[in-house]
Amino acid sequence: MIRVLHRWPGLLAAALLVVIALSGAALSLFPAAETLTVPEVEAGLPVADLAQRIQNTYPGVEQIRRAPSGRITAYWFDNGTPGSAVIDPATGIRAASADPNATERWLTNLHRSLFLGDTGRIVSAIGAGALLVLTLSGMFLVARRTGGWRRWFTPLQGPLAGRLHVEVARIAIAGLLLSSVTGLWMTAATFELLPEGGSAPAFPADVSGSTGVALKAIPALQQTAVTSFRELSFPYAGDATDVFTLKTDAGTGYIDQGTGQLLVWSGLSAYERVSETVYMLHTGRGASLLGLVLGVMALGVPVMGGTGLLVWANGRLGRPRLRGNVAAGKAETILLVGSEGGSTWGFAATLQSALKAAGQQVHVAPMSSFAPGRYANARRIAVLAATYGDGDAPASAAGFLDKLRALDKAPGAPLAVLGFGDRSFPAFCAFAKQVEEAARAKGWPFLMPMDTVDRQSPQDFARWGRSFGAAAGVDLELNHQPQMPAATSLTLLSRRDYGAEVQAPAAILRFAIPQASLWARLTGRGFQTFKPGDLMGIVPEGSTLPRFYSLASGTEDGFAEIAVRKHPGGLCSGQLMNLQPGGSVRSFIRRNPDFHPGRGKAPLLLIGAGTGIGPLAGFIRSNASRRPVHLFFGARHPDSDFLYAEELAEWSRDGRVGRVEMAFSRGQPPIYVQDALLKDAAEVSRLIAEGARIMVCGGRGMARGVSESLTAILAPSGQTPAMLKAEDRYVEDVY
Amino acid sequence: MKSLLAALALTTALTLPSIASARPVTLTTTLKDYGGNGAYVALYVTDATGAYAGSLWMAGGKSKYYQHLSDWYRATNGNRAEIDGITGASVGAGRTLKITLDLADALFDAGYELHIDAAVEDMRDSPNEVAVPLTSAGAGKATRGRRYIDSFSYNF
Repeated sequence: MIRVLHRWPGLLAAALLVVIALSGAALSLFPAAETLTVPEVEAGLPVADLAQRIQNTYPGVEQIRRAPSGRITAYWFDNGTPGSAVIDPATGIRAASADPNATERWLTNLHRSLFLGDTGRIVSAIGAGALLVLTLSGMFLVARRTGGWRRWFTPLQGPLAGRLHVEVARIAIAGLLLSSVTGLWMTAATFELLPEGGSAPAFPADVSGSTGVALKAIPALQQTAVTSFRELSFPYAGDATDVFTLKTDAGTGYIDQGTGQLLVWSGLSAYERVSETVYMLHTGRGASLLGLVLGVMALGVPVMGGTGLLVWANGRLGRPRLRGNVAAGKAETILLVGSEGGSTWGFAATLQSALKAAGQQVHVAPMSSFAPGRYANARRIAVLAATYGDGDAPASAAGFLDKLRALDKAPGAPLAVLGFGDRSFPAFCAFAKQVEEAARAKGWPFLMPMDTVDRQSPQDFARWGRSFGAAAGVDLELNHQPQMPAATSLTLLSRRDYGAEVQAPAAILRFAIPQASLWARLTGRGFQTFKPGDLMGIVPEGSTLPRFYSLASGTEDGFAEIAVRKHPGGLCSGQLMNLQPGGSVRSFIRRNPDFHPGRGKAPLLLIGAGTGIGPLAGFIRSNASRRPVHLFFGARHPDSDFLYAEELAEWSRDGRVGRVEMAFSRGQPPIYVQDALLKDAAEVSRLIAEGARIMVCGGRGMARGVSESLTAILAPSGQTPAMLKAEDRYVEDVY
Repeated sequence: MKSLLAALALTTALTLPSIASARPVTLTTTLKDYGGNGAYVALYVTDATGAYAGSLWMAGGKSKYYQHLSDWYRATNGNRAEIDGITGASVGAGRTLKITLDLADALFDAGYELHIDAAVEDMRDSPNEVAVPLTSAGAGKATRGRRYIDSFSYNF
């Protein structure tokens, strides 16, 4: 819901907001420039002296004004000619022209009304309203993305466009909130939607009727310092009933031009003070530094507009074109799609075309437009749902669960639910499971049990398709080619070979990072940035399915490094083991945020075997903060397949890694990494008590053994590996 | 170009001296190219003693700016009932404001004076831009304003 509140105002108002923000940013320069160039006033100078100096120079002076910047302007009428100038208060003589700056006036009119008068003011105000909605909804989205309000400034992951959007937002949000609220206030005041704050006091009925009091003999002008002065209007020449009008930051009063007595005084109301503060906060007039800060923050709007548009377009363009979509009321099969990045739409399109080929009438729609009342001819309904984050609805499924729960009666057509996800994430297909539970609670009949597709597996999808076809009474063969991120060619820089002597050939492969253009990085199309623990997908020749390897380096290291072991008959590992420096592979990055050491000072307990050392070595290499790290590493033989032996010795010397405990299965005596843990049980349990985070990487057998050892080690303290996993203190990357 | 029918003008005090005999009068105000935003312009009449008699037109719709038309504001204390139904848009620099009103004959050659106050955002306030006696002989004669008004005339 919040995302909808963010997306639509953003898309609809983007161009308008860019115009308003850029003109606002430019306008913020004027008060600052004025403050810098304004002539100085001597401390404590009374208005009487200032007015006298000006009158000496310009006898026909009619009005003197002081701007919040301190700039003093005089207006006079001499020999039938009007004149005006910015005045140097020290001399009362002209210092600069008082004509309004044409550029500033142009920008102001653009900013507040787009040169369209009152209509434009309303459009501008709608822009300010949209900005307010965007900042408020954006705040919730930032908090959601970073994992809570207290983690507002935590570093971000993901494609550059989305990252840039949030990076800019979390700084600019404060300024945009202030500018939008004060802008709305000012528009409301202009259209008289706010109460009128105490206007000038009533004109005095009785005046002395005499004229000619000396300015210096007027007590009110003597007592008012120039710094709190705003405006002095002189009586109209020849009109004995007229008066001096004095405005200060405390109020407005009338002064008799014969006696110099203050006839009427009216102080500023609290409301007027609030209004003036709002005006100051919005324009920067009287607070030019704040104005500049707000101006800089406003510059974030075009950046957020552009990146926001890219984020939206990337999700949108990822959706394939559907041909021959049948109206909801006519279709026999309804396909409802819950997709975040767009890949689930690809599966839906494959399913739709296969059903169509089998003679079915199919209606495909996003889950968010779920409308069972319209499915008059539906014989079956299939929900294809991905998951966003830790079990939230993906973008195209917003509101589905609420609609389903609000139904009086479940639809009669039976339901099939297919979840899409990645089994290595804890919330695998969590949203699809919620849909299934909600449907069950509603009493919706099921066509078939819920099923899942792991990491866009075409095999999983084809298997489900056969069951679905059987249930629907059609022969369904689903041949889906998943959309993979565009692979980039990576060149091998160097390789180090291990393990030949122990019949377990392995290698550390170091690739050059390809240069990606800014546009490619913004749109998430090029080779993305990565950290140790992220995955490098490699598409072997002769296959479309990528294999994934844990990265042993980050972008900051300047190279992409993986540890590979040759699998008998393995297509990808075989090609990699034969790759020579200068050769290249097709590759892309897939993020693996759950397998990052994270920030914090708690010790890291790294456990791995074989090529599982790769990401662990990467964590140690990037441990510039010298966080305590303990490594338990299993290999076959110290002289053959001890990957990263030289680096570990060096990292140990410079403190990137503390203790390194080796376990060699072909040593004397043979020992496995899980045994090494048990041997060091006291130390391991001490580290866990200190809050250590455990990260395991390697084969499934090793991971199971490690888990058993940890179960034994933790038993005395009443903890289990499952409890640590629930606290996110025990993570695995196994294969 | 503004035109106003008798019905509206009748609502002002200025037609009271003799409703029976009134005539259409066209007031033409041309502004100088003063290089600022649209001007707020108030046209009003004072009697032979100099006392405020009534308003003819207010160009400018936002009442929070009326205090910058200081003579008019002083005379009316900003009372918006004075300009009810005779308010229009502000007048841009170099533009002409033309209003036709039915004015009572009794207003002419009886010491009444027509006044114009003007004000522009971020520029000087200019009360009493124009002050011309309303006389039959004065019809069609142009008067220059002090700051913003290039010329003003009234024609029968």
